[in-house]
Amino acid sequence: MNIIITISITAFIVLYAGLFKANKALLPLTVVGLLTALGFTLAAWNGNAVHFGMMQTDNFALAFSGVCIIGTLLIFLLTQNYFHAKSDNIAEYYTLILFALAGMIMMVSYKNMAMLFVGLEIMSVSLYILAGIRKRDFASNEASLKYFLMGAFSTGFLLFGITLIYGATGSFDLDKIQDYLIDSKSISPIFYPGVILMMIGLCFKVGAAPFHFWTPDVYEGSPTLITTFMSTVVKTAGFAAFLRLFAGAFAPLHDFYAVPLMVIVCLTLFIGNVTALFQKNFKRMLAYSSISHAGYMLFSLIVLTKNSENNVLVYAAAYTFASIIAFAVLILVKQKTGSDSFESFNGLGKKNPLIAISLTIAMLSLAGIPLTAGFIGKYLMFLNVMGDYHMILVAFAILNALIGFYYYFKVIVAMWFKDGAEIELSTPAQYKVVLLVSVAITLILGIYPAIILNLI
Amino acid sequence: MENLTTQMAGVPLNHYIYLCAIIFTIGVIGVLTRRNAIVIFMSVELMLNAVNLLLTAFSVHSNDPSGQVFVFFIMALAAAEVAVGLAIIVMVYRNTKSIDINVLNRLKW
Repeated sequence: MNIIITISITAFIVLYAGLFKANKALLPLTVVGLLTALGFTLAAWNGNAVHFGMMQTDNFALAFSGVCIIGTLLIFLLTQNYFHAKSDNIAEYYTLILFALAGMIMMVSYKNMAMLFVGLEIMSVSLYILAGIRKRDFASNEASLKYFLMGAFSTGFLLFGITLIYGATGSFDLDKIQDYLIDSKSISPIFYPGVILMMIGLCFKVGAAPFHFWTPDVYEGSPTLITTFMSTVVKTAGFAAFLRLFAGAFAPLHDFYAVPLMVIVCLTLFIGNVTALFQKNFKRMLAYSSISHAGYMLFSLIVLTKNSENNVLVYAAAYTFASIIAFAVLILVKQKTGSDSFESFNGLGKKNPLIAISLTIAMLSLAGIPLTAGFIGKYLMFLNVMGDYHMILVAFAILNALIGFYYYFKVIVAMWFKDGAEIELSTPAQYKVVLLVSVAITLILGIYPAIILNLI
Repeated sequence: MENLTTQMAGVPLNHYIYLCAIIFTIGVIGVLTRRNAIVIFMSVELMLNAVNLLLTAFSVHSNDPSGQVFVFFIMALAAAEVAVGLAIIVMVYRNTKSIDINVLNRLKW
């Protein structure tokens, strides 16, 4: 509860600071607010408090809140020289990102479906504005309108699902729904369509195939920094919400929803990886790779064990920090060359070894090479499913991971082995901090995974 | 109010479910087939209102007020969404002089 209050108050303070033209104070204020929220997250660890029957800050919620807050903090550090060049009203960017973060904290810690809906909407409405924040840029307009129409459409499905489940159980409370599923002799026939509709609604939000078609356009059209936010932190929060519902309240119905989920996972992996192969544009490639990573994260729900939630946490953390590196380098390259195609990465390694090494580690982590966090994430997911002898599924996923190698290595090859313009990037100090922290987290999680393995 | 509640309870719950499912489906078909951003938007609102109606019916039938409170949440957040959504549509209209979503093909689908 303290976490949400701190973040919301920070958002208002930043808005007022913008009103009084205190542009230099915006970033320090935000960082202080987020660090305070992070402190509250650590202080509440093992507390398992329930707030008014609406939210439960158990370790699951706190761990995901921590990942979201750290990810947002790193993204805020990337704002140096980014918004100033484009607009005068930069306080609004900060405020909207903070409001979206407050919504996400609600999404990861809800105990009542009303909070799921409210949190999801607070997050989405902020993101609709952020996607279209460049009013004169046509791509940004288009991304915003598409995101808005698809988001509102998927909310309709989610709400209809919630309503049917309420009709069957008479409650919005997750514990009561679970008790209903365990105790009652015959489950009401309207419960099952409710589960499927909620699954569709949430799959839209996390961008899993066949409900992924908005993702590449929205990610490509939005400003790169907002894309970073959407494809890392927002995705993590979406998965936490997914998991809280399907691995928690609906766990007794696992036999029912496992089959449609398996179809979704296979489609997501296949479409994400194969389409990413044909992309010429680095930003769009990252959008498709984020679809395929959604597939790997949904893997944990196919076989529910006590480790499922922790596995998603590891995977989400690995994916978030590696993607932040990739997008940070993309922002730098685009500022210098004005293009985000693969060619603009040619020969980057000769003049900018530090940046090129960071990006190489990020790509290796996304591809899942040992000694990086991405490998641990994939390994845990596959191990979990292998325990139940879904061999064909694991083989299919490994095949897809191999396809992934190709397009991630394309970037590495372009940087180190191709001759290009040999531009020298100007790297502001804050970008160096972000790159170093993200690389450190990626390597530490890859070499000593024990620190995060039994967190939840 | 009491009288109204008893009258509403006289209609079998199944009928409400069928009615709302039909309205919801009309909304979904509207979103998928129409090309005008405003009409798509209206169809989304139709979906949300089908949900509101069904929530109220369930709430009355199970004598539990929390369903009606949820309707308030939906109305409030739908209003917020309308405010942002119409602003986005106006912004697109200013740049393209059209609200047909077929115009939005600069980024390939």
